[in-house]
Amino acid sequence: MKEATVDIREIKHRKSLKKGVKHRMGEVLIENIILLLGITSVVIVSLIFLFLFRSGIALFNDITLKEFLFGRYWYPISTNAQFGIVPLVAGSVMVTLGAIFISVPIGIGCAIYIAEVAPPNIKTGLKIIIEFLSAIPSVVLGFLGIVVLSNWVRITFSLSSGFTVLTGSILVSLMALPTIISISDDAINALPKEYREASLALGASKWETIRYVLVPAASSGIIAAVMLGIGRAIGETMAVMMVTGNAARIPDSFLVSGRTMTATIAAEMGDTVRNGTHYHALFAVGIVLLMMTTCINIVADFVLSRAKKEGK
Amino acid sequence: MNKQLKEKIAFSILTFTMLLVVVPTVLIIGFIVYKGIGTISWEFLTAMPRKGMTEGGIFPAIVGTLYLVLGTIAFALPLGIGSAIYLTEYATHGKLYKLIRLAILNLAGVPSVVYGLFGLGLFVLFLGFGSSLLAGALTLACLILPVIITASEEALKSVPQSYREASLALGATKWQTIQNVVLPHAMPGIVTGAILGIGRAAGETAPILLTVAAFFLPRLPKSFFDQAMALPYHLYIVSTQVPNMPEEIKYGVALVLLGIVGIFFAIATAIRIKFKMANRA
Repeated sequence: MKEATVDIREIKHRKSLKKGVKHRMGEVLIENIILLLGITSVVIVSLIFLFLFRSGIALFNDITLKEFLFGRYWYPISTNAQFGIVPLVAGSVMVTLGAIFISVPIGIGCAIYIAEVAPPNIKTGLKIIIEFLSAIPSVVLGFLGIVVLSNWVRITFSLSSGFTVLTGSILVSLMALPTIISISDDAINALPKEYREASLALGASKWETIRYVLVPAASSGIIAAVMLGIGRAIGETMAVMMVTGNAARIPDSFLVSGRTMTATIAAEMGDTVRNGTHYHALFAVGIVLLMMTTCINIVADFVLSRAKKEGK
Repeated sequence: MNKQLKEKIAFSILTFTMLLVVVPTVLIIGFIVYKGIGTISWEFLTAMPRKGMTEGGIFPAIVGTLYLVLGTIAFALPLGIGSAIYLTEYATHGKLYKLIRLAILNLAGVPSVVYGLFGLGLFVLFLGFGSSLLAGALTLACLILPVIITASEEALKSVPQSYREASLALGATKWQTIQNVVLPHAMPGIVTGAILGIGRAAGETAPILLTVAAFFLPRLPKSFFDQAMALPYHLYIVSTQVPNMPEEIKYGVALVLLGIVGIFFAIATAIRIKFKMANRA
């Protein structure tokens, strides 16, 4: 009788031990799955680079790197096809410059207003409106660009066509603004309270505090905000494609038609032959675009993390 | 010039810059609603397009967008939450952690048209899915992944450390703690991120242009390997590619698209504000 109870106890004990092992194995399994999920983003970034390069590099079987990077003509479908990226880069740079010229002063001003001047009760409302601006699909802005903005540009500058680099810049500035505002606002908010208090206690007015203390102290964050805004502007596709007129030549002013790298990829991919020269050329344009935005993002992140360290 | 006057001028300029952002935003929304509301009818929302899209409704485009968004979130949510759990609960702050951070940062900055190229190269051609809902959903999932990871991470970080310690002290394993204590508390934040991601996916055009979109397909997709129409692409088509398109239809499509994105945005914002209030109380 006594032996039997021991047996039962032992069996129970063994069972629970087994359960423990199972449990631990479960934990290990889960831990490994989570690790796999954790590196998804690394895998995706690697795949993006891999697949862009895989198709883009093939272009250089047909033309030289020099012809691509320094070629001044983009004539993809003429009999004597030319794939010079210069006009496309020029188009992207012009649209982005215009957009930044508009959105930087407005964006920084708006961020300072929200962080320092706005009464608390309208602050939340303002932030929601600005977030919604960033949520508006770019194709909707492009549509408004066609039906409203291009007419306004045409009439205001008495042009024959309103589809210009400037029209694109105005639309893209709307898309870069939320980025610039929210990151600048964060940078100003992250400043220690003492900065403000010390300056005010020394008799400076609120404006003097903003101008001589807060903005200089938050300058790294504001610079990063502008850079991320530039990254956003270069990558913008639909709105730009719909309103800049898409003439693939180097624009000599803001009031003529231009064509960006993004618009070229989106507009021409449908007409290409899979694995033809044109197809590879569009992937090569994608590589240039990806390199530009990657550099901008990495530098911006570096500036931001340095700003954070300084703040501490 | 005295101090007060200077300050007044400076603040007026700042207020003006704020108005330069807010007024156009409100005007954009107002204009689309004003011009589009007349087009919206039960028929417009639920009928097939007719006569080369110049008549009838936009039902297949709405359904296509809903399928796409559902597929996108089905892929992106588990991956995103898993990544966030790894980063907040398991990762040590070593080299791998830095590498993952860098990858997320880069993903967030990749232009949408480059995602399109990537989706075309990997999903459509290499894996042989063809132009399909599946290829589009996978591409969009990659695009919104950083949004979901960042939001989920914030949500997980906001769960107090003492909750985890209490659960572990009671003998729960790490995963039991995450599953039963941490995740439920982080849920509102994760859901907010997911909804914002959905809104983003619903409005993207360039990636689906290269991976899913059908110009004109007056029927519903039968499977995830089918091509489909989608609202943002449809708006692009009707406003640039089809001659003699009636104005009302364009504004109608724009309003439906803006409406769908707006609804997701409103839900996410409402959840966030509610929980901010709850946390303050």
